[in-house]
Amino acid sequence: MSDFSLIALLGCAIGLIGIGFAGLVLGRNLFRIVLALSIAEAGANLLLILVGFRYGGIAPILEPGRTVANMVDPVPQAMVLTAIVIGVGVQALALALAIRARNAYGTLDMRLLRERMESDIDRAAGTTPDTSRQAPAGTRPLPPPLLAKREPLS
Amino acid sequence: MKRYGTLIFASGLAFLLFVMFAALPLGAPPMTVGHAILDQAASQVGAANIVTSVVLAYRGIDTLGELSILFAAASAVGLIMGHARHDKPAGAPGGFILRAGVDLLYPLILMVGFYIILHGHLTPGGGFQGGVALAAAIILAVLARPGDLPSHAALSWVEGLAGAGFIATGLAALAYGHAFLTPLLTGERLGALVSAGTLPVLYIAVGLKVGAELASLLSRFTEEAAQ
Repeated sequence: MSDFSLIALLGCAIGLIGIGFAGLVLGRNLFRIVLALSIAEAGANLLLILVGFRYGGIAPILEPGRTVANMVDPVPQAMVLTAIVIGVGVQALALALAIRARNAYGTLDMRLLRERMESDIDRAAGTTPDTSRQAPAGTRPLPPPLLAKREPLS
Repeated sequence: MKRYGTLIFASGLAFLLFVMFAALPLGAPPMTVGHAILDQAASQVGAANIVTSVVLAYRGIDTLGELSILFAAASAVGLIMGHARHDKPAGAPGGFILRAGVDLLYPLILMVGFYIILHGHLTPGGGFQGGVALAAAIILAVLARPGDLPSHAALSWVEGLAGAGFIATGLAALAYGHAFLTPLLTGERLGALVSAGTLPVLYIAVGLKVGAELASLLSRFTEEAAQ
């Protein structure tokens, strides 16, 4: 394997991580966010495997006629095995939460979800969003003026 | 605005990672631990697949932690999804092709799963991969006939017994005066099906546990979709 293809593979792995991160932040659909997480995870796994690669290396399996000297590093491979299984657990948990959110609010869209969730919280707290003092500064109404409108000086 | 910021952040992260990893000796790793393991694994553990030696012998406690993470995830999914009500109508059964195909393939997929588990110390594969194949067989059966879901109690028993078996195998090493999860009975029969001592036992436990866990996870999702 040439040096160029190794750099290309490195670029692919890191590109997958970048795509995954961008999808995580930019994604609006919860399911797509979970998919973006798994893309980033695939990139990270590829990166780990690449670190253990050697030129002319063979799989670390002992067989007659194979020497230990040119086998690839088995430690990153074992770590990736671990990471894949943990990734499955994380994805299952995230999907379960997404299903719950969809059952409760009828949508997977993050914006709608946030709106409905906030109005739910407001209703539970007995406040309406317009008068809440906890709302961000730009959105809350200005307090009523303390003094009556000043008479213009004549 | 947020969109551009995110793109700049993601490309900056990618650039940072690229610069960091391009400075590594890619293609010729130092392998300080790797060489020691490659040299000694055959005599110390006796498994032909050195990755299996690393996963179950050198980093066995780590694998136990990984199993507990999977268990925690499965329990959390069970907690979030709750119990399915069985008086609700199940989902529609699969079509003729799916049902006939599953009838034909179910035993074959199970067999492949057990083959991968039992040969985990010889060939690429092992408990995790074979366990996923077992779960695939079960979930195919569920898709074909949603009416008769696998009982969660049976799956939990399999899962619990497999986990207990893993820990018991680790404790057996303590009884012989070794450290926890030290492989026992490692013989000289490198490459034989019955070799590597307790490693295949550990992998069978892992395979059954992963298979039962994933099957119960997926059948919970199916139950939720049916309602």
